[in-house]
Amino acid sequence: MLSRVANSIYWINRYIERAENYARFIGVNANLALDTANIPDAMQWMPLVATTADEELYKDIYGEPSQEDIFNFLTFDNNNSNSVYACVMNARENARTIRENISIEMWEHINGFYHNVRDTANKKQEILPNPREFLKSVVQGSQLLSGIEDSTISHTEGWHFGKLGRFLERADKTARLLDVKYFILLPSLDEVGSVLDLIQWSAVLKSVSAFMMYRRKYGQLLPNKIVEFLILDKDFPRSVYYCTASAQVMLKNILRTHRSSVKNPAMQKLAMLNSELYYTNTKEIMKFGMHEYIDRLQTIINEVNDEIHEMFFAVKD
Amino acid sequence: MTLDSYNTEGFFDEMFTSDHQLKTGYVPFVNYIKHLTIEDLAHKQVAAEHSLMALGITFNVYSAEGGTERIMPLDIIPRIIEGREWDRLSDGLTQRIKALNLFIHDVYNQQQVFKDDVVPKSLIESSKCFLKPCIGLEPPKSIWCHITGTDLIRDQHGVMRVLEDNLRCPSGVSYMLENREILKRTFPKILDETQVRPINGYTISLREMLEHIADKPSPNIVVLTPGIYNSAYFEHAYLALQMGVELVQNSDLVVKNGYVNMRTTKGLKRVDVIYRRIDDTFLDPLTFNPDSLLGVPGIFEVYKRGRVALANAPGTGVADDKVIYAYVPKLIKYYLGEEAIIPNVDTYLCENELDRQYALDNIADLVVKEANEAGGYGMLIGPKASKQEHDDFRKKILANPRNYIAQPTIQLSRVPSLATDKIEGRHVDLRPYILYGKEIVITPGGLTRVALRKGSLVVNSSQGGGSKDTWVLY
Repeated sequence: MLSRVANSIYWINRYIERAENYARFIGVNANLALDTANIPDAMQWMPLVATTADEELYKDIYGEPSQEDIFNFLTFDNNNSNSVYACVMNARENARTIRENISIEMWEHINGFYHNVRDTANKKQEILPNPREFLKSVVQGSQLLSGIEDSTISHTEGWHFGKLGRFLERADKTARLLDVKYFILLPSLDEVGSVLDLIQWSAVLKSVSAFMMYRRKYGQLLPNKIVEFLILDKDFPRSVYYCTASAQVMLKNILRTHRSSVKNPAMQKLAMLNSELYYTNTKEIMKFGMHEYIDRLQTIINEVNDEIHEMFFAVKD
Repeated sequence: MTLDSYNTEGFFDEMFTSDHQLKTGYVPFVNYIKHLTIEDLAHKQVAAEHSLMALGITFNVYSAEGGTERIMPLDIIPRIIEGREWDRLSDGLTQRIKALNLFIHDVYNQQQVFKDDVVPKSLIESSKCFLKPCIGLEPPKSIWCHITGTDLIRDQHGVMRVLEDNLRCPSGVSYMLENREILKRTFPKILDETQVRPINGYTISLREMLEHIADKPSPNIVVLTPGIYNSAYFEHAYLALQMGVELVQNSDLVVKNGYVNMRTTKGLKRVDVIYRRIDDTFLDPLTFNPDSLLGVPGIFEVYKRGRVALANAPGTGVADDKVIYAYVPKLIKYYLGEEAIIPNVDTYLCENELDRQYALDNIADLVVKEANEAGGYGMLIGPKASKQEHDDFRKKILANPRNYIAQPTIQLSRVPSLATDKIEGRHVDLRPYILYGKEIVITPGGLTRVALRKGSLVVNSSQGGGSKDTWVLY
């Protein structure tokens, strides 16, 4: 298929998955803020901006952190290319240029999704006091797209590129979220295991819809088990391993139709990462250093993205 | 409802004779709507417009707010053409396209037509659309104008005439195809009873034509679009989809090792045929307009070597020049030895002294057009213009007579159309689509454009025009 088309499908899915993750983070944080009213906005909300690695941009535009500004920045601000609004808009622009390659249902959904976000952005003051429904609609918008793609598009190259984008984006976001809890929300030693600490850990789980699944598997809230669940779990669809392993399957399917492409740098990197995640455990991760480990994960995921770009999208003359 | 009170107001009407007799083709339609109220029809009209939006056949109107998509309004009352009349039109169009194709080939090769004094050579050399780089070119199968959308009008005496030839990427065929799909939903029973010829073979014929000029089995065909900001983008996407070929932008194409290639996830892939929807001079910045950001550098050289086919061939616009238009009946005689079956509209060439004087003296009654403009731009409709505008155009003509022609103002024929709460006559034209491949294929029908504003003669969609489905009978 055309490189431009593959690139667009890949990014439609990355953007929409990103919008979904942001909506999750914001929603859970807003909920958490109600339980931790004594914590100042800066401490409650700034870590969220850290999750998205856009602190400098935020400070340039808004200066001091406030709940309202951060909410706006992450949700509706066009100047923030990672905001929910910007992501959904970018996904739609990508979809517009490849309409003949996607199903009518897929286009109609993305278009409607965009209009919902845009209309809400135009009356953001109204939803600010209670953004829950809106954020939920963003998460559902993303989930619905995934379902529409699965059931209306042939599972050939384009679909695989879409899923590849989804899984890489999701792996990155789950890793980032964990990093924020560990690195930025790191409580002083005497607070480890405190109620506040556990509330925050539950929030991390809830951000990725993992709370119930975690409870079912481990019962007790234990930080190192939560880390294990979110990074190494083999079955939970938002764990880093699950996502990178699925990305590898997608890449394998893409390469299957290509000749002479068995040893491809993207595949090599993904396969090495996955075998590592398969055999490692939390003890080793902790020994390496949690923050350092996640940093490394993210670097590898970025490299995989770059290799995919080189190999498939930026075809040399 | 009945059409008893419908008034043709002295215009030639496509549904009624001058003594208010219903023409036979319309009998099933009029019998059917007898059982409907005007509200029923209005309701069907709204439903049709919703379907158009849902089908996504829209054109872009861009603004700062990110753009909106509009539909070209569709009036659900069809325009009907009798089979016998159509067959004659079809013969006339075939004849015209054959002659024009021979003419274009001649202009860029032997130039016999000048040596025989049929057309003055100076006219061609002063035409903006004459492309020097095309001299000596032999396109695949000697076909230049693969896709044509000739504009026809019917005058107040009922005579069908050619108004423009449109040999350069004519648009609108997607509306023709979708209008029929909508009317199939709106009036299924009447379509059946009226015995209408089908039009949905168009995209099959289009693909066959493109395969024909490739001259190799299973060629790689693409549609080249300027991109999503082009007003006809959806038509480009639609045609690519219907033909099952890739829709590409210039950035998808690259010239490498003497061939045109497209960038795919599996590397470069050779392209054999390009149905290009960008203008000649934007095609290749190395040969034509160096500022073009829409083109593919080096593509013209590949084309010249016969390693890629382009539809339409670059250079066809020379026969679109409105001054050349005036010579077409002569060209038909010259190349085919036949009389033109479909007449032209009388045309005064401002370059000729007598014609110019006539145009200047009678400008208030004439339509004045620029030789190379299309889409209703650069045009003066004398009877509707102010004195100031008349004077402005007189000055323009005197400054550059070669660039202007004048024609009598034609009262286009009318078709009953749905006005808000009644049915009234509205002026129409007709754009049939002609494909020139192994043979000449003309889809029975075409796009009937209708001036929805009462009294207006301008059918362009940018100026209040809409369209109708066109039913050609067996």
